[in-house]
Amino acid sequence: MTDTTQTLIDLGYLAASILFILGIKMLGKQERARMGNLISALGMLVAVTAAMFECCLDFTWVITGLVIGSLIGLIAARTVKMTSMPQMVALLNGFGGIASLLVGWANYHSQPDSNLLVRVAVLLAVLIGGVAFSGSLVAYGKLAGKISGRPILVKQQAIINMLMLAAVLIGSLFLVYKPGGIIAYGVFLLIVVLSLSLGVFSVTPIGGADMPVVIALLNSYSGLAASAAGFILLNTVLIVAGSLVGASGLILTGIMCKAMNRSLANVLFSGFAAAGPGKAVSASVQGEPKPISAEDAYYVLEAAGSVVIVPGYGMAVAQAQHAVRELGEILENNGAEVRYAIHPVAGRMPGHMNVLLAEANVLYEQLAEMDDVNPIMETVDVCIVIGANDVVNPAAREIESSPIYGMPIINVDKAKTVLVLKRSMAAGFAGVDNPLFVKENTRMLFGDAKATVQQLVAQFKES
Amino acid sequence: MSFDLLFFVFVLAIFLGVELISKVPSQLHTPLMSGTNALSGITIVGALTAAGSGADLLGAILGTAAVIFATINVVGGYLVTNRMLAMFKRKSGEQK
Repeated sequence: MTDTTQTLIDLGYLAASILFILGIKMLGKQERARMGNLISALGMLVAVTAAMFECCLDFTWVITGLVIGSLIGLIAARTVKMTSMPQMVALLNGFGGIASLLVGWANYHSQPDSNLLVRVAVLLAVLIGGVAFSGSLVAYGKLAGKISGRPILVKQQAIINMLMLAAVLIGSLFLVYKPGGIIAYGVFLLIVVLSLSLGVFSVTPIGGADMPVVIALLNSYSGLAASAAGFILLNTVLIVAGSLVGASGLILTGIMCKAMNRSLANVLFSGFAAAGPGKAVSASVQGEPKPISAEDAYYVLEAAGSVVIVPGYGMAVAQAQHAVRELGEILENNGAEVRYAIHPVAGRMPGHMNVLLAEANVLYEQLAEMDDVNPIMETVDVCIVIGANDVVNPAAREIESSPIYGMPIINVDKAKTVLVLKRSMAAGFAGVDNPLFVKENTRMLFGDAKATVQQLVAQFKES
Repeated sequence: MSFDLLFFVFVLAIFLGVELISKVPSQLHTPLMSGTNALSGITIVGALTAAGSGADLLGAILGTAAVIFATINVVGGYLVTNRMLAMFKRKSGEQK
């Protein structure tokens, strides 16, 4: 390869890195987000093209892989339903992780005794990539309902994980000092297996409602794994892109944890059940919930001048987003100001509710953040809570013994009237009683969320 | 390129990532996540090197599998993000 070619390739990587940075920056603004995504994709194309000039003695395998991967990716992206988006993102993320693991493995396979730093990078790519892959698969299973979304706690969970991690570290030390030979290869394969098990064991105990944190964290891992792969190949674009993803995943993880008032360690190592849904709490929730018929709810809404709709995972389960949007439009035509208040951890991935409502053609301006809505909650006539529970539970403010005490919530109870659409009186994911349901200004609309919203819409249409 | 310099780039890029992401509104968290998820498929560059290095059969299989997975991540990730972003609309009615 001539020097000029190498310079051009490096310039290509530089251009790709700049495009990635611009792309991510633009993803932060709704008006330019789509363009940002395209720019980032263009960066990827530039990076792959540049890599083609230095990667390959033999293109047979490369082309085969690219074609197969593109076809699968294309079909998957075209056919996936919007409601299945959380598991799709988890799955794709896992594929990035396993790819980094395989890059590390292939490198070890072809040159086990490369220099020390490269060997360390190989081990990191295998460990982080492996955890990202198997962890994402478990997350996928939970989100798709293929395995139980409830936290599955194994006793001494944390200890088992620590032991596995320790085994990986010891194996890694061995490989750093003695990389060659058949025993070393065995140790390497053991590390691969342990990394994959570690991912499974870490994510299995985490419950469905904590998935936003897990997905964000695994996203970060797959980025860091790509960075590690960059250190193996001494390739700048891999390092830049990987660390950008790593950083963004970590920030999202932090935001999600903050929105639940829990530390990352608490999310990772103790399912909510372990926190012991307080028996002391139920004692303090007294009073009877007041049911209301759809017809009476209609009169309440008909008179309302401002309405805030608070969706939760229950809306996604009931597939009620289109009906909800229809109700919102009718209320607007009726002269009410309608907004949708969305808690940062509502749903199963960061921003889940926003995507569902956007799919149902709710305007971007109507999607409000928790902090925008809370200060004006006293002036809101009616708050409609649809399939949300823990994120509107005033116990988080009022009851110190509650497991969710201190979690920032949407203060729907401060609105003049609260309509709660709920299937039954069962507790939310956290297993915590919700004093909201028995408050003076709360009315319960029992039944399937979609059917109930459709009844309300029908009431408006009849009149 | 020397390892020191690469490490320098790594740390700098992390800081840049933190600065870029901190201000993203929560409405866009899902597309942001799936967009950066597609970006983590950059490992495809490493996969190409592994698949095309003319190694023995197992090496080629490992490399090719890496290329397949990374390509699914990249292609699927960008397309899915695009689909989601296309749904976010403003009052003006124009879709961006």
